[in-house]
Amino acid sequence: MRLPFSYNLRNLWVRRGTTLMTALGIGLTVAVLLSILALVGGLRNAFASTGVAGNVLVMRQSAESELSSNFTREQFQDLKLRPGIQRDATGQALASLELVSTVLLDSVDYEAGINISIRGLKPNPGFALRPEIKIAAGRWFSAGKREVTVGKNVARRNPEAQLGKDLRFGKGAWRVVGVFDAGESAANSEIWADLDQVCSDDNRCDTLSSALVRVEPVSNVGPFIQSLKDDQRLKVGAMTEQFYYEQQSSSAAPIQFLGIFIALVMAVGSSFAAMNTMYAAVARRSREIGTLRVLGFSRFSVLLSFFLESLVLALLGGIVGCLLVLPLDGFTTGIGSLITFSEVAFRFKITPEIMLMGIGFALFMGALGGLLPAAAAARKQILDALRDI
Amino acid sequence: MSEVVIEARKLSKTFKRDEFEVRALDNCDIEIKRGEFVALMGPSGSGKSTLMHLIAAMDRATSGRIAVLGEDLSQFDDAELARWRNRHIGFIFQQFNLIPVLTALENVELPLKLTSLNGKERIAQAETALRLVGLGDRMTHFPRQLSGGQEQRVAIARAIATDPDILIADEPTGNLDAQSASDVMVMLQKLNQDFGKTIIMVTHDRHAAEYATVIRHLEKGELKPEVEYPKKPV
Repeated sequence: MRLPFSYNLRNLWVRRGTTLMTALGIGLTVAVLLSILALVGGLRNAFASTGVAGNVLVMRQSAESELSSNFTREQFQDLKLRPGIQRDATGQALASLELVSTVLLDSVDYEAGINISIRGLKPNPGFALRPEIKIAAGRWFSAGKREVTVGKNVARRNPEAQLGKDLRFGKGAWRVVGVFDAGESAANSEIWADLDQVCSDDNRCDTLSSALVRVEPVSNVGPFIQSLKDDQRLKVGAMTEQFYYEQQSSSAAPIQFLGIFIALVMAVGSSFAAMNTMYAAVARRSREIGTLRVLGFSRFSVLLSFFLESLVLALLGGIVGCLLVLPLDGFTTGIGSLITFSEVAFRFKITPEIMLMGIGFALFMGALGGLLPAAAAARKQILDALRDI
Repeated sequence: MSEVVIEARKLSKTFKRDEFEVRALDNCDIEIKRGEFVALMGPSGSGKSTLMHLIAAMDRATSGRIAVLGEDLSQFDDAELARWRNRHIGFIFQQFNLIPVLTALENVELPLKLTSLNGKERIAQAETALRLVGLGDRMTHFPRQLSGGQEQRVAIARAIATDPDILIADEPTGNLDAQSASDVMVMLQKLNQDFGKTIIMVTHDRHAAEYATVIRHLEKGELKPEVEYPKKPV
């Protein structure tokens, strides 16, 4: 039979100053880990939420991003005629020729400004291929005009990109006529404008970036992509739109690695803090340990009791860590993508799974820090323990 | 003839202190019968505490044999000794040794957690023990809220809660004022005479020893022959 749990809880309460400081130390470590996980999770979520099933992105052969891809109008004409591409009511292929470039805008975070992706596309069928994207304010840009509709994160993070204001890039001013909402998608970090306006501004009207096509049924996507790759005349590469964005979440890998490394280094420190606290507790309660042994509690009961106390201390730290990072939930920030060379804004996501991981991490630290002191308590000889003051 | 509950033959205990060997108990022979109240007396370092620790299975003899309640304790491992102590021995310490974060009732209930009693039975038994020592109105008090005498009475309640065969008291009056010491000794005497508990008490205090039925002296690790002393009337 183990010692009553109230014994451990009350001991933690009695030395509440030390308990709080140790829990805070563990909590800070958990908070670092959780904020990294929330950042990476948010970024992954932004990329994972981008793309529609059945959409296939076609780029230059071996191009890794739209930014580094060249796709000619001739290639697009050939592509449009391929079987397997869905057609609208008028018989027009759901295939959108697009140009992706970057522009430098003022930023709320960086004095030097930040790169933002600008996508030139034709409203029809460009919008039809992305039905999940809705207008949040204003309207879509009009064909043939120097107008832009900006993603909601662009509007949130760039003081210039406000409805009714002008953005200055390329050969002049562009009027912001609307803000679109793409849910959690990375498209929220883009500026959209009429393809012809963008390409003439960029002097790039013959060679654009990519084409987005809708393949139906969705089960034909694989063979369609393979057929494009096999076509030696077209010389294009293709992948599903969803896969294209998912692989961009690799932008988070360096941050994830660094964050987890820092959290692990801190975890070692926090484990030592927990160990120190528990060693002090064992030393102070030496006579209690002796008494418990005299009363009939086994060495294992004593070990378990002190080990549990360390876990409770760590759990407290885990909860503190979760509470510390909770205000980050939904906070929008941006990260420079190494693939698009522009900012992708996303929201920190503190999910129950992430918090559980944080609690698990805290318990791991508690277990690491508590095992040796608990073993030391259990190893004490009764008479030695009773004599200690 | 009363049953012998403790029987030691040629019991010795040697401690090593750095390069020195200290013989704390030297070829000690003792028999204690059920229902006896034995006071072990002697100067510091005479071996009385060592003998008490060996009887309570808190330490192991270097040589010799000790049987308590017919069991050869040298054959038991640590876990078996712990269970055995819980079942058969009640211990009263000089410094009370109550768990400071537990109430009087929880302290008394503690050894009962190792028995097969359920929660309700444990509480009932702990309450009975506390009432027996006159602390029915202090059950929810923490040790720091009690006087020294009251703390020692809680410790006595804890020692008797499991209804052990033997009570072992280590200087039970050593930290008490005269009145509290007298109260505690009257209580131990009552437990011995009314409830038939075998009590072994280590003490320096002549007055406390007068409550015992047998007084044994130790000197330099040797147990002296039994002598008759005037007994405190009940």
